[in-house]
Amino acid sequence: MKPSLAGWAFAAPALTVIALFFVLPVIAALGLSVTDFDIYALADQRNLRFVGLDNYIKLLGNPLFWKALGNTLYFVVAGVPLSIFVSLAAALLLHSKLARFKPVFRTALFAPVVTTVVAVAVIWRYLFHTRYGAANWGLSLVGIDPVDWFGDPRWAMPSIILFAVWKNFGYNMIIFLAGLQAIPEDLYEAARIDGASWWRQLVHVTLPMLGPVLLLVGILTMAGYFQLFAEPYVMTQGGPLQSTVSVLYLMYEEGFKWWNLGNASAVAFLLFLLMTATTSGLLWFARRRGAE
Amino acid sequence: MNTGLRAWALACVAALACVAGCARHSEAQGGTVVRFWAMGYEGEVVAQLLPEFERTHPGIKVRLQQQPWTAAHEKLLTAFAGNALPDVVPLGNTWIPEFAALGALEPLDARLKATPAVDVADYFEGAWDSGVIDGRTYAVPWYVETRVPYYRRDLLAKAGVTAPPKDWTTWRASMVALKRAAGADKYAVLLPLNEFEPLLNLAVQQPEPLLRDGGRFGNFRSASYKRTLAFYKSLFDEDLAPRVDNTRISNVWDEFGKGYFSYYISGPWNIAEFRKRLPPALADDWMTMPLPGPDGPGASIAGGTSFVIFKSARNKDAAWQLIAWLSEPAQQVRIHALTGDLPPRRSPWQTPALANDPYARAFRDQLERAVPAPKVPEWERIATEIRLVGEQVANDKMSVDVAAAEMDRRADAILEKRRWMLDHHTLPGAAP
Repeated sequence: MKPSLAGWAFAAPALTVIALFFVLPVIAALGLSVTDFDIYALADQRNLRFVGLDNYIKLLGNPLFWKALGNTLYFVVAGVPLSIFVSLAAALLLHSKLARFKPVFRTALFAPVVTTVVAVAVIWRYLFHTRYGAANWGLSLVGIDPVDWFGDPRWAMPSIILFAVWKNFGYNMIIFLAGLQAIPEDLYEAARIDGASWWRQLVHVTLPMLGPVLLLVGILTMAGYFQLFAEPYVMTQGGPLQSTVSVLYLMYEEGFKWWNLGNASAVAFLLFLLMTATTSGLLWFARRRGAE
Repeated sequence: MNTGLRAWALACVAALACVAGCARHSEAQGGTVVRFWAMGYEGEVVAQLLPEFERTHPGIKVRLQQQPWTAAHEKLLTAFAGNALPDVVPLGNTWIPEFAALGALEPLDARLKATPAVDVADYFEGAWDSGVIDGRTYAVPWYVETRVPYYRRDLLAKAGVTAPPKDWTTWRASMVALKRAAGADKYAVLLPLNEFEPLLNLAVQQPEPLLRDGGRFGNFRSASYKRTLAFYKSLFDEDLAPRVDNTRISNVWDEFGKGYFSYYISGPWNIAEFRKRLPPALADDWMTMPLPGPDGPGASIAGGTSFVIFKSARNKDAAWQLIAWLSEPAQQVRIHALTGDLPPRRSPWQTPALANDPYARAFRDQLERAVPAPKVPEWERIATEIRLVGEQVANDKMSVDVAAAEMDRRADAILEKRRWMLDHHTLPGAAP
């Protein structure tokens, strides 16, 4: 057997699985997105129409799609940096030599990641209840009027971002912690001998050494945050006034609630293109900075 | 593969074959099997009735599968796509047109004619009509739901309202009085913005239909609908209703007890909930009343579920026997006793349990004026848009005229495929 053939033979099982469960559905979805497949087409093939790019054109002309896109971008632009900042801060705290009871805190901070979103949503809804919530009670102590956290269209998105960041930062924190532990101690020693303060050590040793980890976490978090769905689904169901509808939420409603699979596939593809473009942009930026 | 492993694999295969075979064997032993899916709490409760059916109908076995309501619609459509539908299902009334359009339902007219026990005249008209599409009957109602206002008797009396109002004008006047007595942080009525039912129930009280030309276009620009929308908007504008949705009312029963609102439009299941959850001191302070209409007692939507037989059913005669038995007044009374669901026939209402229940009285009255939702498969989607546009109106983001035009635009877009199919005569299940 030729070496190249042997290679293919070893890779074949994995490739078959990938082709069957990844490539094929994507092609099928692309096919669906140029038809108006719905429950009627399910009942009778004659009701399936080829509509070309109509689904995409209609979608681009739909104000709700742009609103969903705006909400999703808002979530990404505000949520990703905040999430990275919080998880990095938590990781630095846990990595610090001064920190006590590290395993306890590590577990406590990671706990939200492994708890189901529905369970914590119930708690958060109570914490942020307009009239009975602890959040508004705390604000009232310093004389601030109650905020309608999930009921005011202006506050609903920030509240969801807060909730999502709290829910997810533990995951990135663990990755950062691993990255921090991999930085050789003698770099810090050298910096200290040169008289570098804590801040200078952070800027000139820690952050550059964390570069690849930061990039990885950035891409993972961004990809995750583009797929915002569970948080608005359980907290607000897209409301109030559709201020928390995300692109994925729109796709879910089109596809699974109304069975407009053609339309839903079009939404999915637009999101896919957007995510590919931003991730490539981020990689290009990182490569130029030499962080890869 | 060594022999030990091979023997073990063979044993596994044999065991699997036995499991499959044995299951089939036990099924064959019991004679005819009716596969029955039932959703929600009723699904749990109906299991208590089935042994008696099997005792009185030897030769028929019922295989009940319980489904949660939240996943039922998806599961039924998936089952339809995979050709794995059960024989009998109590479908939500608004789903009947959809499954009829899919051509999945068996027409029941011939069987009804042969079964005098299922007496059509005994049923409330609106409930029965939900299962009739293009002149053919596809469904037999199991229980009905319609929505009426629950109200706080004591608070109304305190505000100087002595009798429950019967039309919109006096209803609104009573709300103004209630609000004046309640103060700024309390309200007269709760109309949750994430539910389409309150607005829809007010809309069907009007003479003009919500869709026109056989369900081809929306009819929301009609004077009728605008009048409803204006009434709805005024309740929010005058601060009689809070601009909130259900997710922000942490506990409806608790807030009702505290007097956060005095009117709450809801369904019959809340009779039991209010009985259970309100403090004993308030036991006599709440009541139900028929929904006020524009000019006197008005209509409301006939919700609930109705039994259907799927075209793919294996034994339709046995399936029909199950439906006929569950539709007997005696079984309907038992279901009411177990769940609080309201019977769709008039005769069970004469039993003391229902006739003497003061809270059920308003529902009995309302059911005579209940009407089905427009019978197009796209209805639930249009109802969702009614809610979304209603939310904009309540929040003062749209005027009544703009909202009516927007609603027509959205409904017409949703109905585009239906128009195309009607024009090309490819709507499945439609009368030729």
